[in-house]
Amino acid sequence: MHVFRTLTVALATTLSVAGGVSAAEVVVYSARNEQLIKPLFDAYTKETGVAVKFVTDKEGPLMARLKAEGKNTPADIFMTVDAGNLWQAAEEGLLAPVKSKTLSANIPAHLRDPDNQWFGLSVRARTLVYNTNKVKPGDLSSYEALADAKWKSRLCLRTSKKVYNQSLVAMMIDEYGEAKTEAMVKGWVANLATDPFPDDTKAMEAVAAGLCDVTVVNTYYFGRLMEKKPNLPLAIFWPNQDAKAPNTGVHVNVSGAGVTHHAKNPFGAGQLLEWLSSAKAQNLYADVNMEYPANPRIKWDPLVASWGKFKQNPINVAQAGKLQAKAVMLMDRAGYK
Amino acid sequence: MSRPAAQPLEAPSGAFGFSPTWFAALPIALITAIPVLVLMSYLVHPDQEIWDHLWQFVLPELLVNTAWLVLGVGLGVTLLGVSLAWLTGVCDYPGRRFFSWALMLPLALPAYVTAFVWIGLLDFTGPLATWLRDTHGILWTPPIRSRGGVILVMILALYPYVYLTARAAFQGQGRRLTEAAQSLGLSRWQAFWRVALPMARPGIMAGLLLAIMETLADFGTVSVFNYNTFTTAIYKSWFSLFSLPAAAQLASMLIFFVFVVALLENQLRAGRNYAASGKSSSQAGRVRLKGRHAALATLWCSLVFGIAFIIPFWQLADWTGAVFSEDFDSRYLEFAWHSVLLSGLGALMVAALALILGYAQRLNPTPGMRIAARLSTLGYALPGAVLAVGIFIPIAWLDNQLIETFQLDGQILGGTLAVMLLAYCARFLAVGFGPLESGLGRITASVDEAAQSLGVTGWRRLKRVHLPMLRVSLFTAMALTFVDIMKELPITLMTRPFGWDTLAVRVFEMTSEGEWERAALPSVAIALVGLLPVIYLIRHADHADT
Repeated sequence: MHVFRTLTVALATTLSVAGGVSAAEVVVYSARNEQLIKPLFDAYTKETGVAVKFVTDKEGPLMARLKAEGKNTPADIFMTVDAGNLWQAAEEGLLAPVKSKTLSANIPAHLRDPDNQWFGLSVRARTLVYNTNKVKPGDLSSYEALADAKWKSRLCLRTSKKVYNQSLVAMMIDEYGEAKTEAMVKGWVANLATDPFPDDTKAMEAVAAGLCDVTVVNTYYFGRLMEKKPNLPLAIFWPNQDAKAPNTGVHVNVSGAGVTHHAKNPFGAGQLLEWLSSAKAQNLYADVNMEYPANPRIKWDPLVASWGKFKQNPINVAQAGKLQAKAVMLMDRAGYK
Repeated sequence: MSRPAAQPLEAPSGAFGFSPTWFAALPIALITAIPVLVLMSYLVHPDQEIWDHLWQFVLPELLVNTAWLVLGVGLGVTLLGVSLAWLTGVCDYPGRRFFSWALMLPLALPAYVTAFVWIGLLDFTGPLATWLRDTHGILWTPPIRSRGGVILVMILALYPYVYLTARAAFQGQGRRLTEAAQSLGLSRWQAFWRVALPMARPGIMAGLLLAIMETLADFGTVSVFNYNTFTTAIYKSWFSLFSLPAAAQLASMLIFFVFVVALLENQLRAGRNYAASGKSSSQAGRVRLKGRHAALATLWCSLVFGIAFIIPFWQLADWTGAVFSEDFDSRYLEFAWHSVLLSGLGALMVAALALILGYAQRLNPTPGMRIAARLSTLGYALPGAVLAVGIFIPIAWLDNQLIETFQLDGQILGGTLAVMLLAYCARFLAVGFGPLESGLGRITASVDEAAQSLGVTGWRRLKRVHLPMLRVSLFTAMALTFVDIMKELPITLMTRPFGWDTLAVRVFEMTSEGEWERAALPSVAIALVGLLPVIYLIRHADHADT
């Protein structure tokens, strides 16, 4: 036993000297899936020599896990694919504020927690996709306008159980208040051509096949579908672009992360977050899944850029978390399944 | 058909009958009871706002939906499972040997993946509706995204539970029972309806209960159909309304309901005896179907096998072909090895614990023991992620106590295989217990008496006398548990060590980002890897009784 330990210590010392760094590993609980996050961690390890250990699961169980483990949690970073869950983690006291000039400079204020407990690292834009044979771009204007009677039986939607739609409606509540939003969501439901779909891709395929004319999706699903079937009669429309209305724009959500409250290696965790906001990582972060970089100085991937520029909704994405429960209840009342 | 119940052999006293059997049964019951109690502890913090909302806008629809689903799936799996079990277990006709194991295969496909395949094939954008539209101008779409659709897909995924347990029951009664009935003047049909079927009831009920529990706990399949059930409300409370307490409260209601139903069913058959003496059906003893009957039997088996397995598997194989060169790498060997290791160890452990529990109940059949047995099998009715949290919380608590007490560096329980296996037992004990309990029920009390008169008693009797007679049930229990663990997700996700991914975890990584085609590769791998032990076990079980 004793010999074994001596050997291990000797080996570890040798390795760290050989590697030229002595930073401890960083442990990540990630709700961003393995295929979308491992390439980044691999690049970080290659560049810095710091190992990143991670485990994936859904957000809910990961948060329950952090809570149950309390101060003995091995996790240094909690990572998700939507702002709502990051907000909830901060709300439950699972995250710690990070003071970092780099992060403040790289990530715009509306894409991070006002108290710096979490940071958006890639942007997921939820926009309109329409059938180019049946709809002229001039017919479209905003998310709200899809409640108009002229879209009767022409709208397809994904289920309200997906967090992306919950965030969208939460942001609408912030913009218009609950009563007006509820009327709009009821309008959507009245215009549905068919029951809500379980995912964005199915909704777009229905639009392409002519079952309905327009739907609301995250752009990377559009990118993936068009990559596979480039001839589909589909195109992106950027809603809510009125230059005169300051508090509106395309609904964006973030995939992001924060340092845990009981991190064993908060310094290493902060460094990893800073690296993830840097140019190299931002390109990689967005490119593995056709998302937009959170750092506004990074040039977009050519394919993503080909979809056009758009004005983002400038309201802090934290509102999506704060108003999520309200949004879910509102959609239940409106009969949006 | 019922005879007086077997007399308990060790005379117990009172409702609990304190006897050494409790030392075996109690720890097993606690594996499930502790997580359930953790969840029930949330009942003291009701979240009024969420409850009011759910009662007013969500639950009325969900309860109706859930009732239809349970009813439809229950009827369907019984019809399919019993008819197929009777044909392959008792009769003989062309293809019988092949179908006897092949009809198990749908169990190896994750049901929510099959659901996605069926919607893809039959919905408006699918090949059938597109073809009808484009070449015939027929604007008709099969209404797959509907109540009927979700019921149908779940029947096709879950009938193997009834098929396997009913098959073991039919095989256990042997041909003599039917022959005796026929000699008393009943036709073959009458003998089936009035003798064989009622006698197989515990086996059928065991499988049916499993199928219903899985239906109630399911989230993946109903999500693909966007069909809201009680489980939807549980996850909505937790993930969308951020209230784990509300989710735990709803889950507590769900398992209370299942507990009462299971106990009632058990009570109804407590006074009866389903044991059959005589040799079980061997090759020679089968009912040979001829002509039209044989053709119909082959057709029915082919139809079910084709729809439940061949079509979805063919579609998955097709998708796999498209992503194989890009996604397949040497890590798949590791994923497969992890899956097999966990499923194998888990199946052994579940079968062993279920056997001990079942035997304890046989030795000491008191109401207290019956309740303990029912309690241990409740984990299967809970939505997986909820149970996973119920398991994780006490383990993390224990870890924290150990760290405090012994000043340790980090967790020693969390992230170990031991905890994973324990968690699988909490979830899947029902899957092992069902077949074994009905198997034990088929062994007559006279066997025990004979053994006792020879001085073989207690646990030694289990090993020397019962175990050899229980082989089919044991194999059934292990095969079902093995395949179930292969597909299991929430517990695996929450308790696995770092970097310890399985094939099911790969399916999760892909489907949760909507990459269903890429999920086909690990799904096919699950089916192929899960298939081999199942074929082995079924064939072994078939030979065991010849």
